[in-house]
Amino acid sequence: MSTTNHNKQNTGSTGSSKPGRVFKYGRDIDTDVIIPARYLNTSDPAELAVHCMEDADAAFATAVKQGDFIVALENFGCGSSREHAPLAIKTSGVACVIASSFARIFYRNAINIGLPILECPEAAEATMSGDNLQVDLATGTIYNLDQKQSYSAQAFPDFMKQLVAAGGLIEYTRNKMTQKAEAVQ
Amino acid sequence: MAMTMTQKILAAHAGLSEVKEGQLIEAKVDLVLGNDITAPVAINEFRKIGVSKVFDRNKIALVPDHFTPNKDIKAAEQCKQLRNFAAEMEIKNYFEIGEMGIEHALIPEKGLVLPGELVIGADSHTCTYGAAGAFSTGVGSTDMAAAMASGTAWFKVPGAIQIRLEGQAKGWVSGKDLVLHLIGLIGVDGALYKSLEFCGPGVADLTMEERFTIANMAIEAGAKNGIFPVDEATRNWTATVSKRAYTVYEADADAEYEKHITINLNDLEPTVAFPSLPSNTRTISEAYGTKVDQAVIGSCTNGRIEDLRVAAAILKGRKVSSKVRCIVFPATQRIYLQALREGLLEIFIEAGAVVSTPTCGPCLGGHMGILAKGESAVATTNRNFVGRMGHTESSVFLASPAVAAAAAVTGHLCDPAGLMTAPPRAELLTAAYIAGTRERKTV
Ligand code: SF4
Repeated sequence: MSTTNHNKQNTGSTGSSKPGRVFKYGRDIDTDVIIPARYLNTSDPAELAVHCMEDADAAFATAVKQGDFIVALENFGCGSSREHAPLAIKTSGVACVIASSFARIFYRNAINIGLPILECPEAAEATMSGDNLQVDLATGTIYNLDQKQSYSAQAFPDFMKQLVAAGGLIEYTRNKMTQKAEAVQ
Repeated sequence: MAMTMTQKILAAHAGLSEVKEGQLIEAKVDLVLGNDITAPVAINEFRKIGVSKVFDRNKIALVPDHFTPNKDIKAAEQCKQLRNFAAEMEIKNYFEIGEMGIEHALIPEKGLVLPGELVIGADSHTCTYGAAGAFSTGVGSTDMAAAMASGTAWFKVPGAIQIRLEGQAKGWVSGKDLVLHLIGLIGVDGALYKSLEFCGPGVADLTMEERFTIANMAIEAGAKNGIFPVDEATRNWTATVSKRAYTVYEADADAEYEKHITINLNDLEPTVAFPSLPSNTRTISEAYGTKVDQAVIGSCTNGRIEDLRVAAAILKGRKVSSKVRCIVFPATQRIYLQALREGLLEIFIEAGAVVSTPTCGPCLGGHMGILAKGESAVATTNRNFVGRMGHTESSVFLASPAVAAAAAVTGHLCDPAGLMTAPPRAELLTAAYIAGTRERKTV
């Protein structure tokens, strides 16, 4: 993983998100605190978003605005396989989750449903709650507008880029199944 | 190129002669699993793919186990969705209440996973079946949806950590203590993205049920899967659950591992994970005296017949402390019935424990045993995260059935050896032990 710490530049480049505010958490944020099991008797994204992060930060769901960021340390999303967790985060308006590392099921769920995530320990450690970030997903560049720093996160491998480009795993599978059906005919 | 056991199974299912760490592959799945929480999401996603049928109606399993018997109207709606989908798609392995059990105990019991097979499940503890020498891993609902349509899933080929087991467990020490010890050693992300491959002479000392307990908690160390070699015990077990043919894969002798860890079973003590991470472990002597309000014995980790036998050995002729609520939940209907026939349920009820129908219930703070603010539970389950079993200011201590049963009696964490000397494992884990105590009593 390469890291470049230089003064922020070109924050307005295409492909970058709008600036958003950071909600910062520690390590091992598990899916039980992201969306507690007591709310899993529904899969309605809007209802899940109301309880997003509730057991880690009860103020999150009301404070978060469209385009904000969650930044956390190691092993974000550990615990259960519930896709309700990335779904609740995505629906709450979070533009991207940045963490030192992700638990693997959370990682694949986020890619499968199209929630942008970036793995970048340097950015995760340096970023503070309330900082304003801007993220260029095409290049994996993270700009900290307050600390005037930029970081490069590891880019997605090609296969995952294909998944994301198709619009997630469902679209990807739909395309694949259609091609298969056509080949049979 | 040398491959680990996991890599060989993945390669075979991807139609490749070899794979290496980090490679992205698409592999055929032998079974796709979902439950009443994850499958409704998957079914909704499946509809968007635009196929009218699942890839194979015999290779999908739907188990309504989390909020069942339906705990409220929303849970009832989710289960209904599962039931209707199963009927529409003519899914063979849909298990209605009455036949249902906790998925990770039920799937092996029904012979739906055998050595060398590849299973994905929209539930993180799908890694349980590594005990049978299969590659199995937890995925999300979208993965489940795509696999139900296509019969394939994408994987990043994992590297591995080799866990070499030596010696023999003594006293009340069980597979649960081993896995808690291991997670304490490497941490909750100690095996992130990796396989945990078990090997060594100590494997033979572990019963199949203990291997299921250990593989079940691989995810608690962040692992993609945990896997055991196929030995005589595996073959004997396989013969009791299925007649299907299977393939045995072995790790190459020169396979590369990121790390080798050796654990001598002889050195282990009963171990407890303190709140709020499974890695926060202490030995029972360090844990002594911690008060508990509830003792929960069951779950996909420790709700099998041997677990119930161990708990019954301790509870027999004793009373649950008046300050403790003891809840026993056998993992499947078959285990429930067997416990009934062996007289274990009578022992639990006489001791003052409640016995529940198979359900995930208390394990995930769903229903049937929720904790109030400030309360604590000792549980044979696998997670003790903040709020896992109820209020965010309640706490969960993870332990073996022996430790949980002993705490139920005394009201605090303690070494079961203080209540009674452990019978030899070969007796304790079989039906013969409790049967023997009954005969002795009537003589
Ligand atoms: S018993 Fe607990 S860990 Fe096991 S499947 Fe049910 S909720 Fe998950």
